[in-house]
Amino acid sequence: MDATTHPPETHHHDEHGHEHHELGFWRKYVFSTDHKVIGIWYGISGLIFLLFGFSLMMIMRWQLAYPGTALPVIGNALGHLFGPGSMPDGKMTPEFYNSLGAMHGTIMIFAGIVPLAFAAFGNFVVPLQIGAPDMTFPKVNAASYWAFFVGGVIMLVSFFVPGGAAKGGWTSYTPLSVIADSGPNFNPFFNGQTLWLTGFIFLITSSLLGAINFITTIIQLRAPGLTWMRLPFFVWAQFVTAFLLVLAFPPLEAAIIMQLMDRTASTSFFMPAGMVVNGAPMHISGGGSPLLWQHLFWFLGHPEVYVLILPAMGIVAEVIANNSRKPLWGYKSLVFAALVLGFLSFVVWAHHMWLTGMGSAVSAFFQTTTLIISIPSVIILSAFFISLWGGSIRFNTPMLFATAFLPMFGIGGLTGIPLAFNSADLYLHDTYYVIAHFHYIVAPGTIFGLFAGIYYWFPKATGRMMNEFWGKVHFWPSLICMNVIFLPMFLQGMLGMHRRWYDGGQGWGVAADHVWGLTGFQWNTPISIAAWIMGLAQIPFIINFFYSIWKGKKVENDNPWDATTLEWTAPSPPGHGNFLKPPIAYRGPYEYSLPRRGKDYTMQNEPIEASELATAHSARVPVLH
Amino acid sequence: MEIPYTVSARRDTGLWNAKVGIWLFLASEVMLFGGLFSAYIFLRLDAASGEWPHGLLNVPVGTMNTAILIASSVTVVLAWAALKMRDLTRYKIYMTLTILCGVIFLVVKLSYEWPQKFDHFGAFIKEDALGKYEQYLGNKHLLEKGLPPRKEITGHLHNHEALTDPNIKDYEIALDPVNADPTNPAMDRPHFWPIPATDKIATIEKEDVQYANMFLPKHSAYFASYFTITGLHGAHVLGGVLVFCYMMLPASFRLYRHNPEHLANRVEVAGLFWHFVDLVWIFVFPLFYLL
Amino acid sequence: MNNPPDISPVDHETEEYAHEVRRHVRGYLMVGGTLLLFTLITVGLSYVDFGVLFSHLFHVNMSEASGRKANVTVALLVATFKAGLVAAIFMHLSAEKRLIYRVLVFTGFFVLGLFWLTFLAWYDPVHR
Repeated sequence: MDATTHPPETHHHDEHGHEHHELGFWRKYVFSTDHKVIGIWYGISGLIFLLFGFSLMMIMRWQLAYPGTALPVIGNALGHLFGPGSMPDGKMTPEFYNSLGAMHGTIMIFAGIVPLAFAAFGNFVVPLQIGAPDMTFPKVNAASYWAFFVGGVIMLVSFFVPGGAAKGGWTSYTPLSVIADSGPNFNPFFNGQTLWLTGFIFLITSSLLGAINFITTIIQLRAPGLTWMRLPFFVWAQFVTAFLLVLAFPPLEAAIIMQLMDRTASTSFFMPAGMVVNGAPMHISGGGSPLLWQHLFWFLGHPEVYVLILPAMGIVAEVIANNSRKPLWGYKSLVFAALVLGFLSFVVWAHHMWLTGMGSAVSAFFQTTTLIISIPSVIILSAFFISLWGGSIRFNTPMLFATAFLPMFGIGGLTGIPLAFNSADLYLHDTYYVIAHFHYIVAPGTIFGLFAGIYYWFPKATGRMMNEFWGKVHFWPSLICMNVIFLPMFLQGMLGMHRRWYDGGQGWGVAADHVWGLTGFQWNTPISIAAWIMGLAQIPFIINFFYSIWKGKKVENDNPWDATTLEWTAPSPPGHGNFLKPPIAYRGPYEYSLPRRGKDYTMQNEPIEASELATAHSARVPVLH
Repeated sequence: MEIPYTVSARRDTGLWNAKVGIWLFLASEVMLFGGLFSAYIFLRLDAASGEWPHGLLNVPVGTMNTAILIASSVTVVLAWAALKMRDLTRYKIYMTLTILCGVIFLVVKLSYEWPQKFDHFGAFIKEDALGKYEQYLGNKHLLEKGLPPRKEITGHLHNHEALTDPNIKDYEIALDPVNADPTNPAMDRPHFWPIPATDKIATIEKEDVQYANMFLPKHSAYFASYFTITGLHGAHVLGGVLVFCYMMLPASFRLYRHNPEHLANRVEVAGLFWHFVDLVWIFVFPLFYLL
Repeated sequence: MNNPPDISPVDHETEEYAHEVRRHVRGYLMVGGTLLLFTLITVGLSYVDFGVLFSHLFHVNMSEASGRKANVTVALLVATFKAGLVAAIFMHLSAEKRLIYRVLVFTGFFVLGLFWLTFLAWYDPVHR
């Protein structure tokens, strides 16, 4: 659009892309339907829940290192905050420990990572990366945020009802979860477990609505010229993640409805006949199956872990390409690996159920599929590693987190392999080995990927950079502490220490065995100290984040990282409607270091020039799909 | 920039946005009801011989409700067709019929079918007491014929207080025909026309009873599944009816005057949801009523 | 050289389709009638004792349990046929775009996987 050929009124029209109407404060910042605002709301909410969930763990770590002792300074206050059954005289009760454990898992996964990795980054970045003005269904988008908000609030409120929050693990296995939190000291509806189930329904609804929006948006609103194989890998990752959410969450929703029926209507979906509780036979029909809950839970549970990792992989892809100044290696392999990963994730779930007494046929099936699914993960990780080779690497804060992701996820993934075998898992199941395995993937894996994304896209969202020095102060202690926390847990697990002992193993013989110089139980102390130091290491990040929103160094142009993807053609921050003029994509997403271009990056919306197609011997002709 | 493809299709995908969205939503609903159906399969397979009941639901009423839902699927697609042909009067007629059918379905279920069940009683007899109540169970006869045993005595409970009062030691039941005359070959399989409870009273001692209750969700895994699936399905029917009501409000007719294709698309999307609800019922009906 | 697919909005086709819709109305009514008919058929078939029937027809001894299984199979086949009609005709799936098919094929695969693998886990325990 040439300003000289259009009169000023239409130029004004083009700038905003639609009629100019001012929204009030509430419609603009609170009840917005704009994907960027919703993305930021999801992001801040997700970060708050991550902090809360992490704080629960920091409290637990005192009990694990010094069981039965009063938590100093804040112990009594916490005891008053969380009610009489939690921490009398600052000493943690077993019930409260179980609540902390169950809610730490639930909140970190469903109120922390999923909203942040999928909803926040997806909402903010995906429409911008595909050249769209917004999501296809903005009102549904807003509804999905508010459903998440209600679900998260219900989860928080559950701490403050009589009996406290849910205690049956984040997996809520029946029949314990059906009989828990019921009886004379509990309200029939406002008890921890029932509120957990109810809150979960809202969280699932939120994810379903969001996922439908993402898929439709990616299919329908790609800019002209943006074919499937020109999409940034981040968009592919979010696309597959959305499909996992749409298809895997509903069976869990069905199971949650059934567990709610078991708890409130005394049905026996998951309750076998002949149950005796506290010496009294239960007055229920029986005829149900606890295993049914496990099948329906893990049918979601397994795809869920890929929901947790794929967005982070997408972010790492973007940051690595950008900061090595060369295209991602193996784009097609990455895309197909992500698709195969998504597909296979639906047929591996029973590897979480090796100890339920499966026969050899069904066990062989799931062991096979579980081993096969490690292949696409390895392909993705290898492609990222190879992408670094020969690159001109800039170690800014996003790149530090993105490169740290690689070996951390590698450790997490490799340590999963023994768990894929029914035989090895007979020993390792429910030990600290499992905790170490999945935390390596989610904590120094996903969360590092998310930190990379925050530092990377912060200037796009705010027009200011986060401080590099404090970014590094955030990074190094976090990386070191993550490893001090989770590496010894593999050893504790191999000793046989159970993952849910509330006394940290103090009362158990296996924890008295020595490994690497300390007993299993004694390892809790350095792990806990590292966890607390890691908590402190997040403070510079929190301060940096909020300070930089208002006082960070302003970006010199809309594309401070010299990146190639479409979101960097929009203003920083983008206005309503995102792009000043609708973008057209002419090339792939990682056109770094094209020869004869004069600069080391070419953005996706730059037209192909004749000089690029000059000779048949051009090392890098842009691939036109 | 406005959001494109809200009414017109995008050329390479051939789809407009809401159509993609609704099919994705329906895919998630397939998985939701799939989860419930997989629970049904699991619980039914797991049930011991004779513990999964048959013939407890009213088949004629269920058949009629099925027919009503099928009819409403026809009327909703005709309503959409009328909109595409820009015949607003026809649209109003067919949409009204659709809403009416949906409401009748719900009324029949909530005011007749479910309350009829809540009024009925069943007592599962303990394994070791089955012989004591042979006169009501007829298991010798069933065993000779190679049929699964009966373990439950059903009918109308006369002394409701027995359910809550531990001092009352037995249940007084006006027996269903199948327990009043258990060796009659006509009772071996369920009947199409429901036969009302007889006047024959049986006294069942509580200590011989494994579990007894009215036909509520907590009565058995069967009724738990039945009420949960039909309850969730009914909630979907209600949701669909409410959406259709919105499509008959002045706001929708304003949209018709402004952009008739947009309203046609909305009705199509709501219709797709409605057909899915019908589709679920097509499976629920035989699985619970007929098998 | 640079030939990505045309993504412009399709406007005129909707008007043409409106005229085609009239021809489909009769089809909708016939499918509706077929569904009602098969509802009655499935009710009727559910009262057929396949154990006795097969024993008379084919002179094989079919147990009550197998007869019951036959009832289940028949009922599910009829239900699938009816559901197929609703999906293909009422939901226009027979004329739908490839993308929708792909989504539904994967959904179908996963829901059948849920049924089959859960069944397999029940069927194959460590001890029978």
